[in-house]
Amino acid sequence: MIPAEFDYVRASSLDEALGLISNGDGAKLLAGGQSIIPLMKLRLARPDKLVDIGGLGELRGVRRLEDGRMAVGALTTYAEMIDSPLGQYGLLRDALPTIGDVQVRNRGTIGGAVVHADPASDLPACLLALEAEVVARSKGGERVIPVAELLAGAFTTTLRDDEIVTEVRLPGPRDDAGSAYVSLEQRASGYAVVGVAAVVFGGEARVAITGVGDVAYRARGVEAAYAQGAAAAAEHATDGVTVNGDIHADAAYRTAMARVYTRRALEAALARMG
Amino acid sequence: MTTDTTTDVLGASIKRREDPRFITGEGNYLDDIKLASMAHAAILRSPYAHARIRSIDTSAAKAMPGVLLVLTGADIPYNPLPMAWPAGGAAGIQNNVNTPRALATDDVKWTGEGVAAVIADTPAQAVDALEAIEVDWEPLPTVVDAEKATQPGAPQLHENAPNNVVFEWNVGDKEGTDTAIEGAEVVVRQRVVNQRLIPNPMETRGDIGWYNPGTDEYTVWMSSQTPHIQRLLLAAFVTGIPEHKIRVISPDIGGAFGSKIFTYADMPIVMLASKLTGGRPVKWVEGRRENYQSTIHGRDHITYLEIAGTRDGEVTGLRVRTYANLGGRLSTIGPGIPTTLYGRILFGCYRIPNVYCEVTGVYTNTTFVDAYRGAGRPEATYVIERAMDLFAAEIGMDRAEVRRRNFIPPDAFPYDQPSGLLTAVNGSKIYVDSGNYEPAMDKALAAVEYKGHEARRAEARTRGKLLGLGMSTYIEVCGVAPSKWIGAVGEGWGAAMWESSNIKIHLTGKVVVTMGTQPQGQGHETTYSQIIAHELGVPLDDIVIQHSDTLGTPFGYGSYGSRTSNVGSHAAIKAAAKVKDKARRYAAHMLEASADDIEIDGANYRVKGSPDKVKTLQEIAFALDLAFDAPEGMEPYLDETAYYDTTNCTFPFGTHVAVVEIDEETGEVELVRYLAVDDVGNKINPMIVAGQLHGGIAQGVGQALWEGAIYGEDGQLLSGSMLDYAIPRASWFPPLELDETVTPTDVNPLGVKGVGEAGTIASTAATANAVIDALSPLGVRHLDMPHTPQTVWRAIQAAKGGRA
Repeated sequence: MIPAEFDYVRASSLDEALGLISNGDGAKLLAGGQSIIPLMKLRLARPDKLVDIGGLGELRGVRRLEDGRMAVGALTTYAEMIDSPLGQYGLLRDALPTIGDVQVRNRGTIGGAVVHADPASDLPACLLALEAEVVARSKGGERVIPVAELLAGAFTTTLRDDEIVTEVRLPGPRDDAGSAYVSLEQRASGYAVVGVAAVVFGGEARVAITGVGDVAYRARGVEAAYAQGAAAAAEHATDGVTVNGDIHADAAYRTAMARVYTRRALEAALARMG
Repeated sequence: MTTDTTTDVLGASIKRREDPRFITGEGNYLDDIKLASMAHAAILRSPYAHARIRSIDTSAAKAMPGVLLVLTGADIPYNPLPMAWPAGGAAGIQNNVNTPRALATDDVKWTGEGVAAVIADTPAQAVDALEAIEVDWEPLPTVVDAEKATQPGAPQLHENAPNNVVFEWNVGDKEGTDTAIEGAEVVVRQRVVNQRLIPNPMETRGDIGWYNPGTDEYTVWMSSQTPHIQRLLLAAFVTGIPEHKIRVISPDIGGAFGSKIFTYADMPIVMLASKLTGGRPVKWVEGRRENYQSTIHGRDHITYLEIAGTRDGEVTGLRVRTYANLGGRLSTIGPGIPTTLYGRILFGCYRIPNVYCEVTGVYTNTTFVDAYRGAGRPEATYVIERAMDLFAAEIGMDRAEVRRRNFIPPDAFPYDQPSGLLTAVNGSKIYVDSGNYEPAMDKALAAVEYKGHEARRAEARTRGKLLGLGMSTYIEVCGVAPSKWIGAVGEGWGAAMWESSNIKIHLTGKVVVTMGTQPQGQGHETTYSQIIAHELGVPLDDIVIQHSDTLGTPFGYGSYGSRTSNVGSHAAIKAAAKVKDKARRYAAHMLEASADDIEIDGANYRVKGSPDKVKTLQEIAFALDLAFDAPEGMEPYLDETAYYDTTNCTFPFGTHVAVVEIDEETGEVELVRYLAVDDVGNKINPMIVAGQLHGGIAQGVGQALWEGAIYGEDGQLLSGSMLDYAIPRASWFPPLELDETVTPTDVNPLGVKGVGEAGTIASTAATANAVIDALSPLGVRHLDMPHTPQTVWRAIQAAKGGRA
């Protein structure tokens, strides 16, 4: 459990960090270190250089934008999010306290979670259901990427090597909406065997599922069938998805659980609506 | 002068004296030890479960920065590791023995077997250099399932073990049992799997070897439960270095659960490496993933059980056939666990007239299997407690009632199992000395309102939950063991199992107690102090408990098998008695009285009838240490050593009850209630007893619901880290409800039975029985563990499909 040798640089500003990752020398960013460090200790990741952005205070904190949206700095930890206005979102209230353990929640960041794109991580499903966006900065400027377009596959995003996610933006909380996140946890890791985030308002539902496919996804089939009721809609939870199987849950069980948990997420969200 | 003896700490729930250093990070664990010029070892482990080593090229690794030495199997002049407990040798049972070498030479038998070692200036340099070692492998076919490994056509692991069989062992009355089963009104048969577990102590293993060129002596620090035994085995069987040239020290041990009893390949490696580097201390510390592959696993039985009896609930026969997976090579006492420690206790707490058990020990391409908390007894308890439930279900009788009808009655003690399960191969016997099983069960059933179970089951169903209640009326065998029983060749490990203690009272009155046992977190420094404070009448703060170092201490067999309180304590009591006897004689001299006239009241030695004529133990120690007034023939100093060999094992028992609720849609199991009534005899420290039960119960529930080592067909350990191996978390448990009965035992003077393993032994069966009870309305009769959501869900689906 000793990583291969690597260089370490602590960035004192975002511009410095952007410069350090633009050299094409394979530098990786270190934020809370809850994913990259274990991978390095297992020698599954071997970056030549780590650029530590953990000290960049400007990337930390939750604020409300003028248009009512919420902006969450990429380095905001899970623990900080729990104690923030993000508690207005029912699904985040459900999901955040179940992520990792106290130590992980004190160190792990929203930006790290979204760019790590772990197929079984809780937060990407919540962000998909909320139709969140990320702000990605590079030396050349800034672009806004919907989370749905950012997540490209298992541990893969559409982020360029010279970009840093600085912020995650969420639509403002709606009084007429209800939302929930429910998950069947893999007992050893705490990751989701199946995790379902649902947001409902009016006659619409937005449902996103993690743990089941290659990467968290919007369950469009469920959303389209939502008018038929939660139970009927939930039958579409894995439509078009190649379902994972592992030693904890084979594809048949995961598929069945995706349906059960989708129904439960919709029911829980409905119960909270308006 | 007199000393106040009104406060007796024996039996009091005092806080553990060792805890402040443990919980403030001031403990001294193996990896905390840092020695001048210390070098570091790392071990290259096989990525294949079965492969021939064509060649190993270490040249690049040797050229890496900081590398001092690279070893392969060919460089190790030592013997293979010992296997000290063959199964039933004296009964003519052949054991086909293969044990690991310090580093494999020709082939590997499991993923994780060591093939090369790097010694470097820093741990990082050693790990980096491992990557530069080139091994040319020839992968071979693999088998990981013990039953399949014995079938024709299975890959063969060892030339001397046809069909991968280590041994075919049996115990009990074959003819009587066959007859009982053939003629029985009811016979229930079931295949049950007791899955493989990984022990998971908080501290992984490690050791430091130091060769002193000046004295030609070795010091080995190791995270071990058995420092004295390791010195003996490393000297006599592995290295050939004379025993008196080796000193072994076990520092603070961060948990073990059996996994640190044994001789491991890394021990001789660090010894040799220190010698070859000119006497630099060499440290090796195991990583967690390495621990999962290279330290022993537990359990892993496939069992066919048959239980026979009458329609009115009398059990008349039990026949058990077990395949015990022992891994790719044998660990130190691997064959002893599924034989002596398993087959001989299969009768549980029941008066079953005919019992017979056959066990096949099997090689597979997996990590070796040896003693894990309970060691054989949880496996036996699982078999008999599942069997009782199956039998009750078959005849349509209440489970508690069937148990009640078959309990060994209180007037039948001492109880000798009639099929000979407690008779060693040399004819030596142990007996179930005491027991009173019904009151413990009644107490447990009353506490959980057993009569209301069906009503609660119906209520739960309205919430979409399947509620189940399971019980386990277990017995445990502690205090292993009388030397003449466990030492019988082929029964035990051919050696004794007594314990030792030395007590010195220094001039200042301070008491130094040195024990042959070895704590791993149990609180020995507290419980032994309580006993000595009671025996000698001295304050706790004046007592220090020493252990763990073979230098200058009496030999001891170490701590495992719940033997410290019932064997170790009595060595200390015996040594204290010798101290008191000498103190009495010297008090008589000081007080000009006859020794017979001195009465001992705590630390006060008083002339009968003359309350003013008194000397304290401290005064006696002072005078005897100076010794200028010692009488003719009396040696100076209060310094006494005692060895204690128990006359019998002890047999704690009790009833554990688990209540679970299952989510019918998902198969998720929630443990909603857990109640244990344990009879562990007298308690030295009730708080420590409760702690042992809490941890033991959690570990046993872990097996029932969550834990399991999983191998792929290719021998890869798929549950290779804590990300995939589910260790119980405190938040998964309801408050554990503990109660007791106290049935005296006269096996030992304190009347203590042992409690280190009882929780683990009882709780797996209770919890598994609860899950199966919850599923029973669907027609489920048995379900193998662990009862994970997927496993339970599949059973529900199959049952519903079957009924449709």
